[in-house]
Amino acid sequence: MSGWERFADTFLNTKVMLRYLPDILSGVVVTIELALLVVVTGIAAGLTLALLRSLGVRPLNWLIVVVVDLFRSLPPLVVIVLIYFGLPSVNISPSGFVSTWLSLAFVLMAFSEEIFWAGITSVARGQWEAARSTGLSFGQTLMSVVLPQAVRLTIPPLTNRTIAIIKGTALGTVVAVTEILGQASSAMSNSYNPSPLMMGAAAYIVLFFPVVVAARWVETRLAWKR
Amino acid sequence: MIESFFNLEIIAASWPIVRAGLLNTALLSLLVVPLGLFGGLILALLASVKHPAIRWLLMAWVDFFRAFPPLVLLILLFAGLPFAGLELGGFVCVAIAFFLNTGAYYGEILRAGIDSIPSGQIEAARSTGLSRLQAMTYVVLPQAVRNVLPDLLSNTLEVVKLTALGSVVAVPELLYQARQAQSLTYNATPIVVAAVIYFVMLWPVVRLLSRLENRAFAGR
Repeated sequence: MSGWERFADTFLNTKVMLRYLPDILSGVVVTIELALLVVVTGIAAGLTLALLRSLGVRPLNWLIVVVVDLFRSLPPLVVIVLIYFGLPSVNISPSGFVSTWLSLAFVLMAFSEEIFWAGITSVARGQWEAARSTGLSFGQTLMSVVLPQAVRLTIPPLTNRTIAIIKGTALGTVVAVTEILGQASSAMSNSYNPSPLMMGAAAYIVLFFPVVVAARWVETRLAWKR
Repeated sequence: MIESFFNLEIIAASWPIVRAGLLNTALLSLLVVPLGLFGGLILALLASVKHPAIRWLLMAWVDFFRAFPPLVLLILLFAGLPFAGLELGGFVCVAIAFFLNTGAYYGEILRAGIDSIPSGQIEAARSTGLSRLQAMTYVVLPQAVRNVLPDLLSNTLEVVKLTALGSVVAVPELLYQARQAQSLTYNATPIVVAAVIYFVMLWPVVRLLSRLENRAFAGR
């Protein structure tokens, strides 16, 4: 066997790959479910917090800042471990999937709140006052004047952060979530062959590379129009 | 609740273990941050060679690592390479993975910084007799770094947080040690302690960043 053949037999073994392809594919489904859940709930929660913060209620704002800072300082893996291994001692036992979802959603909430808030405050005060003086209500000013400008500023940092966080779905493997990396690792230990891991790696690239390229495209589009 | 999350006895008993983890997290950060910066600098300097093929290759390289979860990279090195007869140990794997992954992020930031310096400055520096390298080192880079300082700081924060991944490949950093202490004591307190340590360590950086970012947005 030549060097390349031996390499291919170890890392790209067709027989092993075919056998574990269904497992990897089911992992892809779990990763996509988890990622979508995190993105939708995390960004919705972040936007809600930013809007609440714009009401300017002091004690509420302090609370929001503390929660946001907390989830910006903690490594996502620490949050996952804390929820998954910590909560059972108070008789709440979330599954690995729920722990990972909640943790990453909290982290995305924190980062997106910060980004949305920066976007909202970037709209000059005078615009608020001008809009209100024309008779628009607080809500109307927010929806028709402030948010359209704020959102444009927030898209590039938001997409970057979102991508970085949904890549964290791989952390679920630490708490036995059967997403791509989890499936690939167990297939690897069952078959004594790293080919499933190579398949898993390829699956991540197929899944996330288009998202990264799309984000880059959106970023340049918005940059021109500013 | 207090007994399972803030148990003083457990804190006292597990402190030596957790403390060793804290020390290792600090050492690991001191290793991987410069390593990532170095990788980033190489990429950014390569990008300043304005050849279309190099530019395209670098963009693909950076996008690849933006798409590839760092944990998968780490597992690939740690569990995959031994099949090729290369057993590197958790620590070395973490170092390599960070060099590649965070290097790509740092590279993208430094490239943006270098792009923000008008090319007239390089031409002026060159015309005074400085070599390309000297112009880069003394004229462009100091200003470039200053322009992207908030982004560099923000990425460094992420890198320090990312060192928690070391726990997956048995590097005895803070999270790993805390989990060891948890399984020894059957109590979640050590993990809470680790979380508090991360928060106390990184909160000042988060506050600072928050200010810098708000100022950057308002300045537009």
